[in-house]
Amino acid sequence: MEITRRQTLRVQRQSQTWTAAAAFLAPVLILLGVYIAYPIISSFQISLQKWNGISADRVFVGMANWRQLASDAGFWAAFKNNVTIMILSILVQLPIGLALATFLDFGGRRLNVFKVMWFVPLLMSSVAIGFLFRYALATNGGVVSTISRLFGGRNVDLLGSPTKALYAVIGVICWQFVPFYMVYFMAAYTGMSFDIFEAATIDGATRGQYFWRIALPLLAPSVKSAAILSMVGSLKYFDLIYVMTGGGPGTSTEIMATYMYRYSFKNFNMGYGSTVACGMFILISVIALATMRLINQGGDRA
Amino acid sequence: MTRQGGVGDANIKDKLRRRRSSAGRDAVVSGSRLKSRVSWAAAFVLALGWLAVSFLPFAFMAINAFKGKFEMLVKGVFEMPESWYPANFIEALTGGYWSFFKNSVVVVAVALTALLFISACASYPLARFRFALAKPLYGLIVACMSIPIHITLIPVFKMTTQMGLYDTIWAMVGPYIAFAVPISVFILTSFMAAIPREIEESAEIDGCSKYRMFFRIILPLSTPGLSTLAIYNGVNMWNEFIFAYTLTQSQKNQTLPLAIWQFQGQYSMNTPMIMAVLTLTVLPMILLFIVFQDKLVKGLTAGAVKG
Repeated sequence: MEITRRQTLRVQRQSQTWTAAAAFLAPVLILLGVYIAYPIISSFQISLQKWNGISADRVFVGMANWRQLASDAGFWAAFKNNVTIMILSILVQLPIGLALATFLDFGGRRLNVFKVMWFVPLLMSSVAIGFLFRYALATNGGVVSTISRLFGGRNVDLLGSPTKALYAVIGVICWQFVPFYMVYFMAAYTGMSFDIFEAATIDGATRGQYFWRIALPLLAPSVKSAAILSMVGSLKYFDLIYVMTGGGPGTSTEIMATYMYRYSFKNFNMGYGSTVACGMFILISVIALATMRLINQGGDRA
Repeated sequence: MTRQGGVGDANIKDKLRRRRSSAGRDAVVSGSRLKSRVSWAAAFVLALGWLAVSFLPFAFMAINAFKGKFEMLVKGVFEMPESWYPANFIEALTGGYWSFFKNSVVVVAVALTALLFISACASYPLARFRFALAKPLYGLIVACMSIPIHITLIPVFKMTTQMGLYDTIWAMVGPYIAFAVPISVFILTSFMAAIPREIEESAEIDGCSKYRMFFRIILPLSTPGLSTLAIYNGVNMWNEFIFAYTLTQSQKNQTLPLAIWQFQGQYSMNTPMIMAVLTLTVLPMILLFIVFQDKLVKGLTAGAVKG
């Protein structure tokens, strides 16, 4: 008697938990279903069709779009640009961010001015930064041209040159995100126990020794996650490049996202646009998963 | 998630440094101190260099925003303007800036409120209930963080048109919330998991239901986590471009990031005018930064610790 009543109570409590959980989780799950899960499935569906986005007639074309994507030199050139951005972003942003954070950490409070001023680019939207640099890097009356003339050089055409435009864009991307990694590594420094610094100082370690021998190895996990963040971010990049160059001159700064946007919303070839978006999704997922596995395998990361 | 004591640590380090330098060690150390002073000076110069790099574009923007259309072409870009009368700003403000600003405020306010509420609702069972689906659901929601929005763009565009929301400010609200949910649930769940269980247990013994527990106890205790998230997501939504660009068409329904786009079409050759508009779109963020500096920095890194 006693036991059965306890059991029914437990069942009752458990079912209460389930209903409550369902009620609390429902809004989020519905929203994610509508705006993320369904669109992903739908994109793969549309990628098998020929559709201009407006008219009702959609023609099923099977794997034709995917075959086109596999041999589309434009897409793979865009992917290559993404990879270039990814590699250079990691190689430039992380070291500068780490250097700035280290400088601020060693300097303490009196360097707060630097911290505040360095942080400001992070407050601007990518669109605003894109427009700002479109004018700041202009051949005539741009910042770089002005500085070059100051030293007796000539006007520099950065965004109009097919060979230099991509690197100019990468420079701007780094300008935008260095403060982010700075703040990120500062948080990592704060998370490190102060005893370590004190012990090293008492043992007579110089600042350089402290950084290379002690701080850097301890920061390794943060550096790895920062690299992953930067990597995934560079593969998804869109706003700034779309605003600054629109992928040009020619296709020299075209990336997967601008390529996809151009096909879908400029040429209204939604079928192929979806295929590009799906291809991008697959590439990003594969690269991200592979890197994470690689990094977690070789590291001591939790 | 939020790290306290950053300032405190710097303080201790400052003290330690002072103690070290006042100790006045022996001759061997003074040699290395010279070296350390030289490298410190070099670091300082490099720091100033980066300051110039990160600040010159802003100077370019602010100075030229005050110039006339031809003044900038005739004179050098870094020369001070003839007058500081904000003619361009006035023109931008009377030329539709407020409509963009108002739309941005409404969209961010509605989306952010809804986001914080439903994320808190979802995080509560994930953090505090014992049921079999908690872990897989949490994993599923968090995994959505790495999905590129571009794969959803065409279907969302299609859906928005079908729902009749295309080219209204409400078109943006749904996608903004949905794409901010994963990170918000991730942060709030770890925040709520840290609330001591005793509080909940005693309330349960007093006969408090799960729903009352959420509104009376868990939600109030999560305020610090919610405010961090409000900052992080608020900044992101304020600056969001691609959904706004895809889902709206007419100027009266667009948000601030598109204001620059519209003004650029209107004043394409008038660089100072564009700079004034840029300054006006950045200004709200900079004012916010001045008021809530530490909170903002903390909020923006909280979003980063997802790696």
